[in-house]
Amino acid sequence: MKRKTFLKSLVGAAAIAVAAVGLPAFAQETIKIGEINHYKRMAAFAGPYKLGIELALEEVNAAGGVLGKPLEFIFRDDQGKPGEAVKIAEELMTRDGAVMLTGTILSNVGLAISSLAAEKKYVYLASEPLADAITWEKGNDYTFRLRSSTYMQAAMLAEEAAKTDAIRYATIAPNYAYGKDAVAAFKKALTALKPDVEFVAEQWPALFKIDAGAEAQALERAKPDAIFNVTFGGDLAKFVREGGTRGLFEGRNVYGLLSGEPEYLDPLGDEAPEGWVVTGYPWAEITDGPGKLFVETYVARYDDHPRIGSLVGYMTVQSIVAALEKAGSTDGEAIRAAFADLPVSTPVGDIKFRAIDHQATMGAYVGTIALKDGKGTMVDWVYKYGGDYTLPDEEVMKLRGSGN
Amino acid sequence: MSAVLEVQGLSKAFGAIQALDDVSFDLQKGELLALIGPNGAGKSTCFNMLMGQLKMSSGTVKLNGKSLAGLKPRQIWRKGVGRTFQITGTYASMTVIENVQMALISHHRKIYSFLVRAHLMYRDAAMELLALVGMQDQSERHCAVLAYGDLKRLELAIALAHDPMLLLMDEPTAGMAPKERIALMELTAQIVERRGVSVLFTEHDMDVVFAHAHRVMVLNRGQLIANGSVEDIREDARVREVYLGGGTLFNHDGESANA
Amino acid sequence: MGFFIAQILTGLANASALFMVASGLSLIFGVTRIVNFAHGSFYMLGAYVGYSFMQVLPGAWGFWTSILLAGLVVGVIGIIVEMLVLRPVYKAPELFQLVATFGVILVIQDLALLVWGADDVLGPRAPGLKGIIRIMGEPVPKYDLALIALTPFVAFALWWLITKTRMGILVRAATQDREMVGALGVNQAWLFTGVFFLGCALAGLGGAVQLPKGGADLLMDFNILSAIFVVVVIGGMGSLPGAYVAAVLISVLNVFGVNYLPQSTLALMFVVMVVVLIFRPFGLFGREEVAGEHGQVGEPERPIKPAGQTARMIVLAGLGALAVLPLLGDSFTLVLLTDIAIFCLFAASLHFLLGLGGLVSFGHAAYFGGGAYAAALLVTYAGTPMELALILAPLAAGLTAIIFGWVCLRLTGVYFAMLTLAFAQLLWSLVFQWGDLTGGDDGLVDIWPSEWASGTTTFYYLAMVLCIGGIIMLRHTAHSPFGYALRAARDSQRQAEATGINTKHVQWVAFGFAGAMAGIAGGLFVFSKGSIFPNELEIARSFDALIVVFLGGVKTLAGGVVGGAALEGAKDYITRFEYWRLLLGLLIIFVVIVAPDGIAGTLRKWAESIGLMKREDQA
Repeated sequence: MKRKTFLKSLVGAAAIAVAAVGLPAFAQETIKIGEINHYKRMAAFAGPYKLGIELALEEVNAAGGVLGKPLEFIFRDDQGKPGEAVKIAEELMTRDGAVMLTGTILSNVGLAISSLAAEKKYVYLASEPLADAITWEKGNDYTFRLRSSTYMQAAMLAEEAAKTDAIRYATIAPNYAYGKDAVAAFKKALTALKPDVEFVAEQWPALFKIDAGAEAQALERAKPDAIFNVTFGGDLAKFVREGGTRGLFEGRNVYGLLSGEPEYLDPLGDEAPEGWVVTGYPWAEITDGPGKLFVETYVARYDDHPRIGSLVGYMTVQSIVAALEKAGSTDGEAIRAAFADLPVSTPVGDIKFRAIDHQATMGAYVGTIALKDGKGTMVDWVYKYGGDYTLPDEEVMKLRGSGN
Repeated sequence: MSAVLEVQGLSKAFGAIQALDDVSFDLQKGELLALIGPNGAGKSTCFNMLMGQLKMSSGTVKLNGKSLAGLKPRQIWRKGVGRTFQITGTYASMTVIENVQMALISHHRKIYSFLVRAHLMYRDAAMELLALVGMQDQSERHCAVLAYGDLKRLELAIALAHDPMLLLMDEPTAGMAPKERIALMELTAQIVERRGVSVLFTEHDMDVVFAHAHRVMVLNRGQLIANGSVEDIREDARVREVYLGGGTLFNHDGESANA
Repeated sequence: MGFFIAQILTGLANASALFMVASGLSLIFGVTRIVNFAHGSFYMLGAYVGYSFMQVLPGAWGFWTSILLAGLVVGVIGIIVEMLVLRPVYKAPELFQLVATFGVILVIQDLALLVWGADDVLGPRAPGLKGIIRIMGEPVPKYDLALIALTPFVAFALWWLITKTRMGILVRAATQDREMVGALGVNQAWLFTGVFFLGCALAGLGGAVQLPKGGADLLMDFNILSAIFVVVVIGGMGSLPGAYVAAVLISVLNVFGVNYLPQSTLALMFVVMVVVLIFRPFGLFGREEVAGEHGQVGEPERPIKPAGQTARMIVLAGLGALAVLPLLGDSFTLVLLTDIAIFCLFAASLHFLLGLGGLVSFGHAAYFGGGAYAAALLVTYAGTPMELALILAPLAAGLTAIIFGWVCLRLTGVYFAMLTLAFAQLLWSLVFQWGDLTGGDDGLVDIWPSEWASGTTTFYYLAMVLCIGGIIMLRHTAHSPFGYALRAARDSQRQAEATGINTKHVQWVAFGFAGAMAGIAGGLFVFSKGSIFPNELEIARSFDALIVVFLGGVKTLAGGVVGGAALEGAKDYITRFEYWRLLLGLLIIFVVIVAPDGIAGTLRKWAESIGLMKREDQA
């Protein structure tokens, strides 16, 4: 009889409850940045990332903050759902008083927030997602990206691969957009450098559901000279173990995208695949400069070594601080304008947010995996400057189309 | 007088087992015909074929001269055949009157109406049917809380909703108390008389059969062994043999023995 | 030839853990009829617990002992869950328990994060079995051979337990006829507890035994879930030989898929499941569900009545409040309420199927996401204006539902539910895989409302009109002859068919109608978010709606809407906390236990008991 009343009154009650709890009084003394990330299901990356941010915040605020105010990050979990992230972004910007958005390890969340940013004119610094589309095909005026994109990192590995005699390549990548982008980028960059290579097998295991034994068999069957690996996380561990056990990597060059990042290398322990050429973060091997200083500060603060996430988090804060100072205000349009050609001094050296596509020139460390004290690390590494591994300007302009 | 239902050579085989073997009978308008026989004699098989739930192996079933072969239960119902079940089938989440309204809505082919409110439809007709079975006082009760006998009566009202010319009742009094049995069969007899509907029913309780049936058919091992008036059947040697020889008394049911 | 054999061996080794986990799920379902969504979580716990034991127990002896101990410990955890969480809700409506198990998933996720941390754990290799053996020249890991050899022992032990022990006989009897076992004077509660122990221990064993082939991570629970459901359904719910055959079938096919059709990795399993169910509707070794097994449990649903005068006034007041809300100024409240309204319509459309039709769809996200993708594709490729896209979205979703429904409705009960899940997964994998058209998991972006509706307030009004309109339409349909016929088909299909109702057809139309309504919600969702991604088609999305409908109350007309509003509202608040999954899981379990009739149903009872509402049969 009154059943319907419950429905309506509950909607109402929910609204009132939310309105009541969600509105703590905000004193306007801090500058707030809305940070959205996949803290729960991707905690291995997002945890160190948050620590990196907090380390930078402590330093910034100890030095008097930005524009005379302390800087504050509001951290929110997106549950891995782009739709949820869009809602949270709205809340951060319209209710919590954030001046801009950042974060999002997942590419799809990054793309969703990027689209929202353009529609609602929110400034968004995509700190972590790698999808090329964020600064190229789907690029827009309000979105900037810090990390080197999939294309850039794949191109760095392709450069290494082109130096060898290997002709027959096999690829293995998770069956989703990042994997496909990475394989396409690697093929494109490698073929450009060495037109006679052939790709003899492409394997596409489902993300985090790899059937590693079968994948190793399939790769072995193709008898490639070299293998390009894009799997990561648990998939990487299984692939390394099955492939190692079955002798897949013997006498073959293997190129691993992200495989050298501590997030993925550490769990492999003494089974880290020696000899793989990878992109990653050789924190323990960096012996001088700002890179060394960052590692030391981080270890002193947390009694744990930094991951790539830590570095990205730290650099995210540095980038935002630089933008705010250059803008001289917290006005969205001013921050947006400030990001164009914005130089930032970071642990990896000086980087710049390119005006042409809003991509930062942060590079990546490329090196060879080796075992030291029963743990995987990267040796013979070089830091490759991101600005050298992007597409020519005309192509970038064409990709961005009307977006810019 | 033409027969409402004509059954010719009805047979059903399940593999090697002949469940029903060449059964033929007819049913006149306004007749109350009982189908009896020991367990496994083929009563249910026969009923299920008449209602279209089982495919017949061979034979013909005609309703007013038209064949029912190959029709589904709901199509047979549309031709004017109502039925009640041994285990009642009512809509537990609805009120008593809504159960009847549902059948009326179906009869008037209004199932795919989205705009009207069902509980306002055919209320008077539904109340009339409930009055016919003596359920008018309980029309707004929740079907799930009804006593068993009331459920049986409700099911009867549902079965009458499309004013059938033929009513098939499968063990209508099973599980009922003796008084209720008599009441239900008296009600059925009244309805037969008033509405001119023909009824075929199966029954275990011989008292019920002998008290109310106009005619009785006896099935045994899939064959129709007798077909005649109550008196004839009482005296039929083969029938007595089937029941007595099988160790089953007519008054086998303790409850009805003293009725 | 050697390669072929090596592939088969790989498949057989993969089948090992899959069989153990799936047989546990099958056993639990067979006896208790609980669809245990948390089974993947027990598998994950098995991996973590096994890993922890292996750190302290040395050598080959320690390795195998650790695996056994992992099984034991997880079994005991299963007992705790069964006694604390499930026992209080056995009397609740059918399938209600799955909501509780969903709460358990959330709790275990956060507890595992607390105990073992965020980093993936690489499983230790089996001592003495690290190398390979060459079979016809092909390398085969020794541990694979050990697994292949081990599985028959586990299967044999289970077989012995089921056929030769008293508990096994009871289990078999209960699988075939639960009421009978109760009637025989067996303590059903302890039988259920025992089965839960065994089922969870098998999941734990499966988790521990796969450690040398991988490790433990926090994503394992959901990652194995669809695979074990597929195995159990293909094998036949409740059948152990079926689980084994299906696990082998799926694993071996997967290996061949990887080798000869590398892009097939997402869809293969579900294609196999659909094909098997079409030809063998109850799985390879399953029996047809006996009527009565899925009859209504607990007290029957009450008759529905139109809203009374007071009720209407309060609804109007509520609508009025929603109408003036934008004047209060906080634009985020509007965004949130838009989200909630869209979700409520989605949930209400599932409730229509599930509550009124008794059709438990595990794949309702297909129509929500289907509508959303239809709108997004139209905008992206045809430049369709929002208004037209919003009209075409429900049509596309409805059409999808009609096509899927035609196949699914050949089955009933849990098999129907599983087939809807399979179709939803197929649609998901199609969208995921067909990147050129759909953008794959990078989705379709930049799909914003028309200029006039782009303001937060305007879009809020648009969403409210469509969502509340849709909900009212669903509710009105419940009161219409069609809604009655749908309930009739659920209450007594036999009687409905015997009174001229084509029940399958009625259910089919209802399936299409509910799909179309979900499509409206999906269409609105795209324009409110500006983008769409395959996760809106995922199992998790379907589960969201399912949980909400049960939580709100299956047997109460407002259940879907009440549950949707309550859960979305609660989620928005709770997800602000660090350990929000733990909190949300506990909250769900709490609600399940104190409100077994769902929120709406329990509130109604409570209102009756204090005299706010008239009791049944006092009218």
